[in-house]
Amino acid sequence: MRGKWKLWLIGFIGFILAILWLTPFYLMLVNAFKMKRDIFADTLGLPETWTFENFTQAFEQLDFLRTLFNSLLISGVSVVIIIIFSAMAAYALSRNKSKISSLLFFVFVAAMLIPFQSVMIPLVAQFGQLGMLNKAGLIFMYLGFGCSLSIFLYHGTLKGIPISLDEAAKIDGANRFQVFWYIIFPLLKPMSITVGILNVIWIWNDYLLPSLVIGGAGSETIPLKLFFFFGQYTKQWHLALAGLTLSIIPVIIAYFFAQRQIIKGIADGAVK
Amino acid sequence: MRNRDAAYWLFLTPVLAALILVVIVPLIYGFYYSFTNWNGLGTPDFIGLKNYIDLFTDKGFLDTFWFTIKFSVAAIVVINIIGLSLALIVTSKIKSSNILRTVFFMPNLIGGLILGFIWQFIFIKVFGAIGDLTGIEAFNGWLSTTDTGFWGLIILTSWQMAGYIMIIYIAYLQAVPEDLIEAAKIDGANSFQRFRHITFPLVAPAFTVSLFLTLSHSFKIYDQNLSLTNGAPYNSTEMVAMNIVKSAFTENDMAYAQAKAVIFFVIVALVSLTQVYFNKKREVEL
Repeated sequence: MRGKWKLWLIGFIGFILAILWLTPFYLMLVNAFKMKRDIFADTLGLPETWTFENFTQAFEQLDFLRTLFNSLLISGVSVVIIIIFSAMAAYALSRNKSKISSLLFFVFVAAMLIPFQSVMIPLVAQFGQLGMLNKAGLIFMYLGFGCSLSIFLYHGTLKGIPISLDEAAKIDGANRFQVFWYIIFPLLKPMSITVGILNVIWIWNDYLLPSLVIGGAGSETIPLKLFFFFGQYTKQWHLALAGLTLSIIPVIIAYFFAQRQIIKGIADGAVK
Repeated sequence: MRNRDAAYWLFLTPVLAALILVVIVPLIYGFYYSFTNWNGLGTPDFIGLKNYIDLFTDKGFLDTFWFTIKFSVAAIVVINIIGLSLALIVTSKIKSSNILRTVFFMPNLIGGLILGFIWQFIFIKVFGAIGDLTGIEAFNGWLSTTDTGFWGLIILTSWQMAGYIMIIYIAYLQAVPEDLIEAAKIDGANSFQRFRHITFPLVAPAFTVSLFLTLSHSFKIYDQNLSLTNGAPYNSTEMVAMNIVKSAFTENDMAYAQAKAVIFFVIVALVSLTQVYFNKKREVEL
């Protein structure tokens, strides 16, 4: 009986904390539906009159469909090439046990220690000289920054895949690329999901790198566009909050459908 | 796959090319630039240690550094306490465990920039409204003083990151064998004793992991800093990452900013390596 009472108490504390955790989202949402004067009159309560005007205006100002498309394109392509190329590299490194492989693996892992700010200035200068401050350049940069952790994670998984599988396929006449693509890559699928989730979260939300690489009108990602939008409407909270809400919706939808995989992916990636 | 095989290098080329061009070459150039008077254009002149000497007498930069250290220490303590508490709550046998995990983790999926803007609204408008409502003066003018700006940043970061740290603690908590706990119960250990003598030692490795993650995360914070306070008032809540970006791209002081970036790199690397060293050492003892 005592145990039951204690569980009830823990559940209650959890419930209170959950409410506390969601409050910022609640405040953003209800105020996004208010008229400008209502935010001043009553910030905490529900709107007196619900208005969608803020959303239509923010939608237009953010050029939302185009911005969303840019974010989807950049994150999507980056993550796909990170998955494929990191898996290939990790496969080569794990199946070749030479000094050069251990050295390369060490370099990839060591690169994780480098904070972005210490390479940022020369990176932007050099890519500028090459005329690569555009979406393609940005995606290539994401490959460079994303491959370290991804190779590290794939490498761990590949050690558990027996080499006899490769050999059997080779005897059947498959070349290196076929062995990788038809035998190994499908076996890596659970890790590919983890690698995909970990990379998509930071790339989707990244602000600094796109702000330095793709300034041009029309090619902004969501965080980039939102930054300018927010600066423009600093004193107009009703619009600013509607913009914030809009930009969060795609993430919430994705989270709703894939929460189990996302949380599992984070756990697998973090504890390795 | 031998080193001589074309396949070996073919498989490695895309990531090697990316790593070399995006990380390694800029790192080497950056190191060189920090000893010059480079302004972003033209050929730089070598000026030796001048940037580094200036840097250690630059009060603005030193204040920024000190602020970052204070922030990181406070963030580590607060985030880990909350993260572990959340993990203990959701791993107890309550029915709402899965929903709670989903809720606590949610802020992590949303970018730091957006989270900072949401909290800017809360600290300015909502706190203001609460201040008016209750007449408590302390709620007014958050983000307009250094101290409240500091705690604003801590609140924002903890709200965001505690759910992430929770996931790490959960992974270790779930590895604690059930029968050990049962055995201790039978021996008459109360729940505090069980936590202190069984759960805690077995979860200790999680501390190393999460201390490392919170430290390196909070030390490198940029987005949240930019969108919540933007350094205000008077750059007093500016952290190192933001200071480097500003001095490079707002003040166009490229070589000087790069010297700061080199120091930043050295400190982050030292802290990480120390951590790895102690980690390894403990693994040997076990």
